[in-house]
Amino acid sequence: MRVNLTVNGQPRSDEIEPRLLLVHYLRDVAGLTGTHVGCESTLCGACTVLLDGKAVKSCTVLAAQAGGASVTTVEGLAKDGKFHPIQDGFWEEHGLQCGYCTPGMMMAAVDLLSRTTNPSEDEIRHALEGNLCRCTGYQHIIKAVQYAAEKMRAAAGR
Amino acid sequence: MFPGQFEYHRAASIKDALDLLKRYGDDAKLLSGGHSLIPMMKLRLAQPAHLIDVTKIAEMRAISESGGKIVIGAAASHDAVANSSLVRDKLGLLAEAAAAIGDVQVRNRGTIGGSLTHADPAADYPAAVLALEGEIKLERDGGARTIKAADFFLDLMTTAVQPGELLSQIAFAPIPTGTGYSYQKYPHPASGFAMVGVAALVSLDRSGKIASSRVGVTGLGAKAFRASAVEAALAGKAADAATIAAAAARTADGIDALGDIHASSEYRAELARVYARRTIQAAVARAKA
Repeated sequence: MRVNLTVNGQPRSDEIEPRLLLVHYLRDVAGLTGTHVGCESTLCGACTVLLDGKAVKSCTVLAAQAGGASVTTVEGLAKDGKFHPIQDGFWEEHGLQCGYCTPGMMMAAVDLLSRTTNPSEDEIRHALEGNLCRCTGYQHIIKAVQYAAEKMRAAAGR
Repeated sequence: MFPGQFEYHRAASIKDALDLLKRYGDDAKLLSGGHSLIPMMKLRLAQPAHLIDVTKIAEMRAISESGGKIVIGAAASHDAVANSSLVRDKLGLLAEAAAAIGDVQVRNRGTIGGSLTHADPAADYPAAVLALEGEIKLERDGGARTIKAADFFLDLMTTAVQPGELLSQIAFAPIPTGTGYSYQKYPHPASGFAMVGVAALVSLDRSGKIASSRVGVTGLGAKAFRASAVEAALAGKAADAATIAAAAARTADGIDALGDIHASSEYRAELARVYARRTIQAAVARAKA
């Protein structure tokens, strides 16, 4: 079947098997390997991308279901050679060690920051419940999100 | 892990979906958010030859107020229900249950109709839908029927939905002003499913006694249920801690409690009694506020 969708602002049209999962479409068809395959069972969040602006686990979405939608992956965060504030946050606050969970963490954080500009620590922890990190103990990831929230508020003049 | 082969169909309307269901019969499954079905297909526990996606049918995603009822389209996501101002204002218990499901990614994709028809014994929604006495609309070729939530859940992952039927919407009477509510659960630490979850609605009379209550329980038995023994023990009594504790002690009465590697049946029954007490207390506190 044919699927038409937008990935990181670029329209695409591809011939796919209906059973192709969105995460495999992004990695193997679109060549965007920033989205990681983790548990494959909707638990770990490593495969999180934005589907029409909302964080989803792309191991549990069919590429066919994303037809007509707009997908944003970690590769779509930086604009004009400049990191997204969440990427700056992970850099500045040492929000990663091995990096495997990082793209999913950042996409889940971007969903949160689209809903609230000044999340509390509790709200950040709650928003990242669907993402597992086995290295950092989460504390630096929380700080990375706080850094991004502050930077985005400053940029918006709030 | 990936599913077996199938054909994907995107239904443009409820009629279109019913036509496809009729054409493919038992070889077809309706696909909503896919957060129960796709994992089952990846494990090859389900291998439908045809998937009929109903999520692009606008009326199946709508949340609206009509004829004094709040109507939730079956394909409305948990996130849409949890954050709908209409649901939060008039059906707060449902918003609270929706917000308690899984994690944000799951809430962004999973849908109320999908959760109800899957009828996982540990799902959050059934407790709230039972307590709110939701009316579930089932469409079929040439007509529709409406079934009460109390008649919907039949057994473990088994509902009253018949072959060829499609769950299109759930309608609820708004929660009256002065009625308190609460949904609380003991989440499974890995999956977020309810080891036990209890939804309670409590109305007080002018003297502060309990005029009526409705208590829905999930996670304890093979299917979610109304704890009628608890409701009877609350009726007409003072809304104090002793009454609530005595009533909540009857939550597991007559229920064949599930036991597994995570919790024995005895432990689950005790969790149910504790969570019933907490939710009824919270509902009473809100009714008084």
